[in-house]
Amino acid sequence: MTLIRKKDRVLPGLSITLGFSVLYLSLIVLIPLAALVIKSAELSPAEWWDTVSDPRVVASYRLSLLTAFFAALVNLVFGLLLAWVLVRYKFPGKKIVDGLIDLPFALPTAVAGIALTTIYAPKGWVGSLLEPLGIKVAYTPIGITLALIFIGIPFVVRTVQPILQDMESDMEEAAVLLGAYRARTFFKIILPDLIPPLLTGFALAFARGIGEYGSVVFISGNMPMKTEIAPLLIITKLEQYEYAQAAAVAVVLLLISFVLLLMINILQRWSNRRLRTVKGG
Amino acid sequence: MRMTTFKTLRLVLIATLIISVLSACGSNNGNNQPASESGASTPAGESSPASEAPKDIELLNVSYDPTRELYEEFNKSFAEYWKGKTGGTVTIKQSHGGSGKQARAVIDGLEADVVTLALGYDIDEIAANDLIKPDWQQSFEQNSTPYTSTIVFLVRKGNPKGIKDWGDLIKEDIEVITPNPKTSGGARWNYLAAWGYATKTLGYDEAQTLDFLKQLFKNVPVLDTGARGSTTTFVEKGIGDVLLAWENEAYLALKEFGDDYEIVTPSISILAEPSVAVVDKNVDKKGSRAAAEEYLKYLYTEQGQEIAAKNFYRPRLQSVADKYKDQYGQLNLLTIDQDFGGWAEAQAKHFADGGTFDQIYTPGS
Amino acid sequence: MAGIVTNPRSGKSQPAKPHLTESKAVRFVLIGISLLFIGLIVILPMVSVIAESFRKGWEAYLSALTDPDAMSALKLTLITALIAVPLNTIFGVAAAWAITKFKFRGKNLLVTLIDLPFAVSPVVSGLIYVLLFGAQGFLGPWLDKHDIDIIFATPGIVLATMFVTFPFVARELIPLMEAQGVQDEEAAVSLGARGWRVFFKVTLPNIKWGLLYGMILCNARAMGEFGAVSVVSGHIRGETNTLPLHIEIVYNEYQFSAAFAVASLLMLLAIITLVAKSILESRMHQEQ
Repeated sequence: MTLIRKKDRVLPGLSITLGFSVLYLSLIVLIPLAALVIKSAELSPAEWWDTVSDPRVVASYRLSLLTAFFAALVNLVFGLLLAWVLVRYKFPGKKIVDGLIDLPFALPTAVAGIALTTIYAPKGWVGSLLEPLGIKVAYTPIGITLALIFIGIPFVVRTVQPILQDMESDMEEAAVLLGAYRARTFFKIILPDLIPPLLTGFALAFARGIGEYGSVVFISGNMPMKTEIAPLLIITKLEQYEYAQAAAVAVVLLLISFVLLLMINILQRWSNRRLRTVKGG
Repeated sequence: MRMTTFKTLRLVLIATLIISVLSACGSNNGNNQPASESGASTPAGESSPASEAPKDIELLNVSYDPTRELYEEFNKSFAEYWKGKTGGTVTIKQSHGGSGKQARAVIDGLEADVVTLALGYDIDEIAANDLIKPDWQQSFEQNSTPYTSTIVFLVRKGNPKGIKDWGDLIKEDIEVITPNPKTSGGARWNYLAAWGYATKTLGYDEAQTLDFLKQLFKNVPVLDTGARGSTTTFVEKGIGDVLLAWENEAYLALKEFGDDYEIVTPSISILAEPSVAVVDKNVDKKGSRAAAEEYLKYLYTEQGQEIAAKNFYRPRLQSVADKYKDQYGQLNLLTIDQDFGGWAEAQAKHFADGGTFDQIYTPGS
Repeated sequence: MAGIVTNPRSGKSQPAKPHLTESKAVRFVLIGISLLFIGLIVILPMVSVIAESFRKGWEAYLSALTDPDAMSALKLTLITALIAVPLNTIFGVAAAWAITKFKFRGKNLLVTLIDLPFAVSPVVSGLIYVLLFGAQGFLGPWLDKHDIDIIFATPGIVLATMFVTFPFVARELIPLMEAQGVQDEEAAVSLGARGWRVFFKVTLPNIKWGLLYGMILCNARAMGEFGAVSVVSGHIRGETNTLPLHIEIVYNEYQFSAAFAVASLLMLLAIITLVAKSILESRMHQEQ
């Protein structure tokens, strides 16, 4: 425990809580994840590379990343809008809408997948309206994006909402006094403060979307090279009894997630520091 | 290093707590399994099977997707038969899913007493992991395939697109629904049947056949992971003009959804042979071998065959086959062993990574 | 993700000053777009679940829910949540205490690692336990020798669920306890309070609503997890199927409205969760 600076140790319980946290983290998360990496290491570096650079695998990574990215982008825009409307305006049913934002979070993903497919399939409630227009949603990348929008929306709203709520109106007041238009006030005064939480929300929705499986398989169509997401490819590899290859595909997915998370944490630190300097100055 | 002994103790205590909770569940579950329903003594771990005093036995049958209805009925019948024969109670648990996935679960430790899967290849794979003896196909009659089936077309009522045979599937305005051969056993039979049509009926060479399949799969809008998923897509979601399905699955859909569909029997198809095996390692461990073997043998009896036929499988027993012969369409059947060189060869050539199926989806080829 | 998902002050909005808001028309349009978006993305799927589940009437609905397999799936789901949630709660409190009350090197890494399960694909979360405890896995032969079942039995399902819901309580408490600082606890210690007493008398009252909120979210996710549990379950009817898996099975048996009926049960659970959450939020707000 030499890592710990002595002067901070007024309170009791560091060794037990930290020890327990690390132990539990290791048992539940780290050791199992290590098993994944070790399994994929059964492949030689060349085989490893062949597995993850196979055109079908690359296509699935691209699809997972792109659909997750677009879904996160849509959520960025609508998440901001929803947060704005919920914080700034009054309208009937607002409380209900506010509560519904969390629904995708609590609803089992398989249920979401089946329900969305039912609605957006060519014979579904909305799908049948879109089909004459030549728009296909289910079984296309649009369908996957839709499912990921559903999964990701709470993240952006719930990161932006508290910040927007706490925002002091002084600067806005000043801007108005100086004669700025509303739109200009928004883009120059309000938006800059919202960028860190927006980016965090975006990254969270993005990270969640890359790995999502339950809600997507029902609506995706699962066509190799076209609508086959990376997690499905892992399952496919497993069903061909190719454990090490499946693990290799999973390790790449894991690395992407880890880098994204690291970015989120750096973003959060950056925004904290920024807020502190703003408040200090 | 200021962690006192007391604190260390607490830490160890909590850690043990977690581990013991988890492992308690584990061993509990294991021990309770055979007795969970009846609360009687457990047969697990004891050497002699059900031969002496009547005991309560629990079997786990790990099967593939379309057999749900078959085994629901069959299990009841077998339980009665077993009661009459030994006086004991047998409870059969079922697990269904894609054939490959189920085989993998057994390899990973799902304690199946018997496996009844979509194709012999999946059982070979379990045998390759030493859970089943290598010559399992000799254990029961007819290469351990108590019933067979084939691949037929399910189309919408009145057959609006006029689909008669495999050749119609590559027409431009046809949408074909089939599961993914990589994940579904049924889909592999579909694929091979189409392959057989191109080589035998059309007399195509390998490149032309591949082209035929490429055109066919161009017409496939959704590749579900399992046979049931495809049927749902076709029936419930209303996608596609034709579903390539197990014959039994097609008849079942007809029974469930009645008048909206009809079956088209193509001129040629493949004899699909779903195989069964006792999982030797598991039954020896649980002491359930006698019951497990009896269970699979019962599939070959008149009652067993009757139930299979009632669920639209093609029975092996001649007397039952004659009784139900009007139920099935007439067609030419290729077999995996004679026409495709057995499963090991077919798997390597068509479905392994880089096989013909992958070539269909390789861009630019 | 919490502190993020938490929003203690929602429900109360700032009084809008006329010069600091948009014109009525703009407000109207913005609210309209928001409602349309929520309608298409969230409400419509919800309505479809309810509509489909009652397509065959009340009796079919009730019989779908009272089916023995559905009951045993419900039981397994509850058992899983009952084990996973308390364990993750203990971990969450311990981790939050260590992270917010002390300084040590590697804290950022620890926080990131706690978040990690959240960004791991559910499929991978199931796979890792198969690789570890499966018969072909690293510990498989040992477990087999000692007759311990983990994969394809309750412990595997519990483990996968614990992994997926791992960060919830900790991520809820860390920002909350960070904001509260250490003064209260230090005062208690200087007055002679020791160990657990400081926690139960000083810290716990401060964090109880946040803690409960974290547990509720953890519970909701624990009951609804599909992907990870699907990999480790083995799908034995009446034995290792949780509610979400049971839905998939029933759906695959062409009993569509029964599947939606069970789904509506899970949705009800989600709605109860959300109601409980908003009650907690108003409590939290009152105490602030």
